[in-house]
Amino acid sequence: MTATGLEVRGLTKRFGGLVAVSRFNLTVAPGEIVGLIGPNGAGKTTVFHLVAGFYPPTEGSIIFEGTSLVGLKPHAICRLGLARTFQLVQPFAGLTTLENVMVGAFNRAPDVAEARRRAAEIVEFVGLGPRRDVPARHLTLPDRKRLEVARGLATEPRLLLLDEVMSGLNPTEIEAIIGLIRRIHARGVSLLIIEHVMRAILALSHRLVVLHHGEKIADGPPASVARDPVVIEAYLGESGEAAAR
Amino acid sequence: MYGLVASGLSLIFGVLRIINFAHGAVMMLGMYTSYWLFVLLGLDPYLSIVITGPLFFAIGLLIQRVVIEPNRHAAEHNQLLLTLGVALFFENLALVLWQGDFRTVRTSYSGASFLVADVLVEVPRLVAAAGAVLIALGLWGFLRTTDVGKAIRALSEEPEGARLVGVNVSRIRGVAFGIGSACVAVAGALVTPFFYIAPDVGESFNIMAFVVVVLGGMGNFFGALAGGFIVGLAESLGAAFLPGSLKQLVVFGLFVIVLLLRPEGLFGTRRGR
Amino acid sequence: MVARLALLLVAAALVALPPLLPKYALEVLISIMFFGYLGACWNILGGYGGQFSFGHAAFFGLGAYTSTLLFLHWGITPWLGMLAGGVLAAAFGLFAGYLSFRYGLRGPYFSLVTLAFAEMLRVVAVNWKAVGSSLGLVVPNRGSAPALFLFAEKLPYYYVIFTMVVGALLITRAMERARMGYALAAIRENEDAAEAAGVDALSTKLAAMALSSFLTALGGTFYAQYFAYIDPSLTFGTAISIGGLLPAIVGGAGTVAGPLLGSFVLTPISELTRAVLRGRAGADIMLYGLVLILVISFLPNGLVGWIRGRRAAGVRA
Repeated sequence: MTATGLEVRGLTKRFGGLVAVSRFNLTVAPGEIVGLIGPNGAGKTTVFHLVAGFYPPTEGSIIFEGTSLVGLKPHAICRLGLARTFQLVQPFAGLTTLENVMVGAFNRAPDVAEARRRAAEIVEFVGLGPRRDVPARHLTLPDRKRLEVARGLATEPRLLLLDEVMSGLNPTEIEAIIGLIRRIHARGVSLLIIEHVMRAILALSHRLVVLHHGEKIADGPPASVARDPVVIEAYLGESGEAAAR
Repeated sequence: MYGLVASGLSLIFGVLRIINFAHGAVMMLGMYTSYWLFVLLGLDPYLSIVITGPLFFAIGLLIQRVVIEPNRHAAEHNQLLLTLGVALFFENLALVLWQGDFRTVRTSYSGASFLVADVLVEVPRLVAAAGAVLIALGLWGFLRTTDVGKAIRALSEEPEGARLVGVNVSRIRGVAFGIGSACVAVAGALVTPFFYIAPDVGESFNIMAFVVVVLGGMGNFFGALAGGFIVGLAESLGAAFLPGSLKQLVVFGLFVIVLLLRPEGLFGTRRGR
Repeated sequence: MVARLALLLVAAALVALPPLLPKYALEVLISIMFFGYLGACWNILGGYGGQFSFGHAAFFGLGAYTSTLLFLHWGITPWLGMLAGGVLAAAFGLFAGYLSFRYGLRGPYFSLVTLAFAEMLRVVAVNWKAVGSSLGLVVPNRGSAPALFLFAEKLPYYYVIFTMVVGALLITRAMERARMGYALAAIRENEDAAEAAGVDALSTKLAAMALSSFLTALGGTFYAQYFAYIDPSLTFGTAISIGGLLPAIVGGAGTVAGPLLGSFVLTPISELTRAVLRGRAGADIMLYGLVLILVISFLPNGLVGWIRGRRAAGVRA
């Protein structure tokens, strides 16, 4: 069976009376970088929680490479090759950078030595080499973001979900992360990225999906989505800011 | 009875977010205080509440100030261990000072009872229950109407918001602990006419209080009272059907089941994970 | 290097010196080892896994009662009975653990549930005639019978518990460096993130629970054989639960040497208080309470944590 990437159909999530996500369809083909954008509170992180197994969907199907993800626990989903990062970084504070990444590497590595080897490679790859043996609690925010990405990458996913990995970073750091994402993509990992830094997401994505009040309002190449009046209305109507910085 | 003890515990948890293992120990101390006041001064336990209440409020405040407050940023499980330490300290202090033998307080009405329909009602227990309800109502009124009471409620529901509106957080935390301790000490005093007094008495009440609080929902005042009622009922039913101390199993079983199925309690609100 | 040499010396002393010690000192040393052992067992789930059990006495009691009953009724040597007790305890641990973890009980809730379970077993034991109810069980000591885990002297008991402690510490160290160690650390730090990184939190916690409970039960059997008497409050009581927990916390939860170190500090204090304040039962535990408060307040990472901290800051410990 060929890898078919991620297919989400009719995904709906209700919390009591609140509908967070409604009849959401999404596909991420192998090798794609898809950007998921929308005003604050649109439900983007909820979609991540649903796909990664932290919330059960109220309705809808989530199929990754032919296997249904609904009802699976997060670690099982990770086993299948789908990894995610968290919007608020969640490092293992007491462990060193390397050890943090090793936890992820264990997803595929058969033993400790192998996990350490692979983790070390990933640590270098994301640029945290000099911080290898520093306890995670002593890392700066940009480094923690890299750590978050590194840990996800160490699980050797075929699809990586990045949740606002650039929030809180200055322009130089953002450039660096853009570069990192491109290199990750070059390794053969598909990416689904939630981001608010518009120029970054416009530059990186093959496709943009726009979420508003839990519903998809646009899906297409960045250039056309950015000009879509419905999208602009959603952003302007919500926050009063221009959609493109 | 369990309700009063539990509401104190619930209060402390709601505000301080820690589970106070020392609660039972404080109750035990309350009972001893009552005992000594009775033996030394001939003071009736019910009247001694006037002394016991404020005394233990102060003691509770002290405990909170000295032990808990300085560590309030420590990991949750460490705070738990702190209260455990306090409990161990007090329980064994009592053991050292007063030995492990049981003592009882016998007043003129200790054995008094009367019949209601076919049920034997013991006066002391009735008074204790009535006292508990009264105090609970008073506490409820306090929480609802006074500034301090409102501050406590604010702090337990919205810590950040409360701080923003100028609530003196550390003072309120101390007060809450003090009130909780006073509640439980008074409960101890109310119970002395018909219960035995020994250093380990706190432990069994402790566990019962936890059960009640979990049943009623952590931090939920009324839940604690309702929970207390349910637990008391369960225990009595258990006593009716099972021999010896097995009746406790009924309560424990209930405890475990509730923890598993509705960890937020029957009346609680889910507070995230 | 210095540390390793020191360790070797200490170990050698612990092996060679005991035959020369006066009876009382030997008893204290056995106590130290015993609580160090319990601490190490608890540490696997509590220190490393971050799941603070307040009811480890449940496993201890199961071990003690199982091996004793098997011995009394069927003459099965406690060496084997010990294993049976361990298996039973592990099974109970898995049961309790599954119920707790499956339903997402964490932190204080978990502690309370374990306390409840231990209490329940105690109440059952008190009311069950077949296991002796509150009168307990006596292990008949017919003098020296090594094959039956009975010795006439204290010294052999010392070597047994010493071996057990060393074993427990070695197991802990092996676990720490293996996959499971990393998984437990991750879960302890941040369970959600661990899950997202592919760690099966439920299985890992259950594994830690099973290991911890199995080993604790072995300690129960040792207790039964050494003291030749067990009853519900001794074996299922909070004294044992706390007795295991304290050395680990004081010494340093989540470290290999912590529990034993903690026991070396705590147990002598307890013995000393008991000796000095003769007849005042409970004074030692009162001190324990105080020590606990002090340690949590000033040395939240235990003694080992403190030593490491000093070393890292460049100060010679």
